[in-house]
Amino acid sequence: MLDFRLDEEQQMLVDAISRFAKERVRKVYRDAEEDGAIPAEVVQSGWEMGMLPTAIPEAYGGFGEYSAVTGVLAAEEFAWGDLAVSLQIMLPNLVAIPLMLAGTDAQKEAYLPGFCDERPPRMTAALTEPVVQFDPYKLGTTAVADSDNYILNGTKTYVPLAGDADLILVYANEAGQTQGFLVPAGIDGLTIAAQDKLMGVRALPTYTVKLENIHVPAENKLGGVEGCNFQLILNHSRVALGAAAVGVARAGYEYAREYAKQRVQFGEPIAHRQSIAFMLADMATDVDSARLLVWEAAWLLDKGKDATREITVMKQYVDQLVVNVADRAVQALGGYGYIREYPVELWLRNARGFATFDGLAIV
Amino acid sequence: MIDFEIPDFIKNQQQLIKMVAEQAMRPFSRQLDEHEHERPQAFVNMTWPFTQQMMQRSLKPLMHNGNGNGHAPKKERTGPDYSALALIFMIEQLSWGDAGQYLCLPHPMLGGAAVQSAGTPEQQVRFLKRFTEGTPKWGAMAITEADAGSDNSSMRTTAVLDPDTHEWILNGEKIFITSGKLALEESDGICVVWATVDPKAGRAGIKSFVVEGHTPGVSIAKQEHKLGIRASDTVALHFDNVRVPYENLLGSAEVAQKKSSKGFQGAMKTFDSSRPAVAASAMGIARAALEFVIARLKEEGIEVDYTKPKHQLTAVERDIMEMEARYKAGWLLTLRATAQMAHGESNRLEASMCKYRAGEAVTWITQKAVELLGPLGYSRELLAEKWMRDAKINDIYEGTKQINQLIVARSILGYSRRELK
Repeated sequence: MLDFRLDEEQQMLVDAISRFAKERVRKVYRDAEEDGAIPAEVVQSGWEMGMLPTAIPEAYGGFGEYSAVTGVLAAEEFAWGDLAVSLQIMLPNLVAIPLMLAGTDAQKEAYLPGFCDERPPRMTAALTEPVVQFDPYKLGTTAVADSDNYILNGTKTYVPLAGDADLILVYANEAGQTQGFLVPAGIDGLTIAAQDKLMGVRALPTYTVKLENIHVPAENKLGGVEGCNFQLILNHSRVALGAAAVGVARAGYEYAREYAKQRVQFGEPIAHRQSIAFMLADMATDVDSARLLVWEAAWLLDKGKDATREITVMKQYVDQLVVNVADRAVQALGGYGYIREYPVELWLRNARGFATFDGLAIV
Repeated sequence: MIDFEIPDFIKNQQQLIKMVAEQAMRPFSRQLDEHEHERPQAFVNMTWPFTQQMMQRSLKPLMHNGNGNGHAPKKERTGPDYSALALIFMIEQLSWGDAGQYLCLPHPMLGGAAVQSAGTPEQQVRFLKRFTEGTPKWGAMAITEADAGSDNSSMRTTAVLDPDTHEWILNGEKIFITSGKLALEESDGICVVWATVDPKAGRAGIKSFVVEGHTPGVSIAKQEHKLGIRASDTVALHFDNVRVPYENLLGSAEVAQKKSSKGFQGAMKTFDSSRPAVAASAMGIARAALEFVIARLKEEGIEVDYTKPKHQLTAVERDIMEMEARYKAGWLLTLRATAQMAHGESNRLEASMCKYRAGEAVTWITQKAVELLGPLGYSRELLAEKWMRDAKINDIYEGTKQINQLIVARSILGYSRRELK
């Protein structure tokens, strides 16, 4: 039966993350953005909220309560606090969730228990490539079978914390199909070429990584001989990013709303004027509608349905919507919106990234 | 718990209504559009039995033991109220068939919504029982006046109590009454008329009265000629010393008090359910246009590839995806406001949100459909241009887009009417 209310457990989770976002993330996010690094203890506290271990099957040490719907609820709250911080807290997901969705039993046994530890394993994933016409279904990075190995070649970019990673899940084009490969750091031919200089999410260092004739053992291919259903992985990634976009949009909308109620011009708060009030009404409606599209997409995934069409439509809608909302948040603050003492300019920079951020989050 | 599952009985209901739409609505869409003020006979004949069944079910709890004395048994709310949900889905599917004809549904419609939200159980039985028997009947609601549109608290139609006969005497003129002629002249239906018992009292003076079909003194002042929904009966009503019994004032004795604004609040409460209904109708038209465009483009060999990255999409593919997204956004907002009703929660903010966003969406989607279909889209051979004209009403009635934005804005800002004009 149609219902848009959170159940008790979901509400408790959302409340807990909301508190964390307010009391911890919002205290550090601006300095983190300027410094290009997030305080380790904040990331650790976020990890200790236990989102991933809750989702991992009991057989591998988790609680076996995986749900994309719960995942998107969490992603929105974390991202409301700060996008870069949320992406770093959810970084282990980039390897763990694809393993849960597509890994062989041996791969799950080898890696999943590590994600239930007090500290997450240092792992990351590489999907995006430094081209204008990036297409995750037609990657430029190649994987060619060679007896017991795959040979990988190509260049990846936007790889979060690649410099600190022990293992990178690299997506590559194997005979026209996108497949994942678990690549240990330090392998011959893998080099961290440069730290990326991005418009936003600057608190989370990402890197460009070069792969030159890397030999990866065949058993490191995600899903083994069969490989993975990459479309499913991408769909799970896109609902996560959709939810994060809702969080960023909501942050902008709420900030603009409170500002407009306090900012007095011509003797009364600017929110008393329809030009501002209607803009805020539109922003509120945008945020709510985007959230409903994200929830529906996540719900379809939980039901095991192919939701590619719904998720593509949702993602394109939300990618533009978050920019429109963040832009109006800057506009509502006028000149102050352009000043880095206020957060809205950061949210506008972060918002524009969603059209590019394929594969940077997953639930 | 978050759930997007549609109950099976609604899925079955939708199949049945789709059949009605395909057999009794679509074949007559063009004819009724070109011959304004003709009645959709096939649709009326086919749907009247459904209305009777539906109204029997809905009145049953009020007519326990079949004696019809209208004393509602005390009933605890157990689980969600599915009827609101079923109604919204029905409206969506009927509007997919033809939005103008849907408005001619022989059903209490808005008048019924007002009676159900403001009337006593006795009144509900007295005014709605007629929809369970006999020949087709219609319900209507008369709020708007020439000088009182969105500002309906400044209405001038008066209701004066005749102390000798204990009757209300109504005088004034109401405009834009959907199914007004059907309800009052062409059947023994009902029309809920809003009037002031004290013009100086503002909102507190405004009460609602049920005027029954064929009541002396009611006349049709004008039949409108409209941009779209031409199959729908839209009239101006003139009330010249129209006498209705004292008990036709909707609500309890408290409502009748001159200083109580409960009556006006009742009108506003009706909007909480009528706005999602309008949004559902809008989304029905939007879906009709969207499905038609997708099917037609497919015939031309154009199919949207949902796995292509955005920069490789054609302009048409991008348009279709945006149409789908805006449709989905409007529909999910509508379902949310409806689910709140079903769960007995307040939905004033969400009802206005869905209404204005759905009206905006269908207006854009149907205009886009005409554009994408090129010379055929603009042609009266197809229904796309009609859907575009039909769609626009959803941006306007049950509160214009702007008035609903104002309601949303006040709600999110916590402002009164004085703070945000």
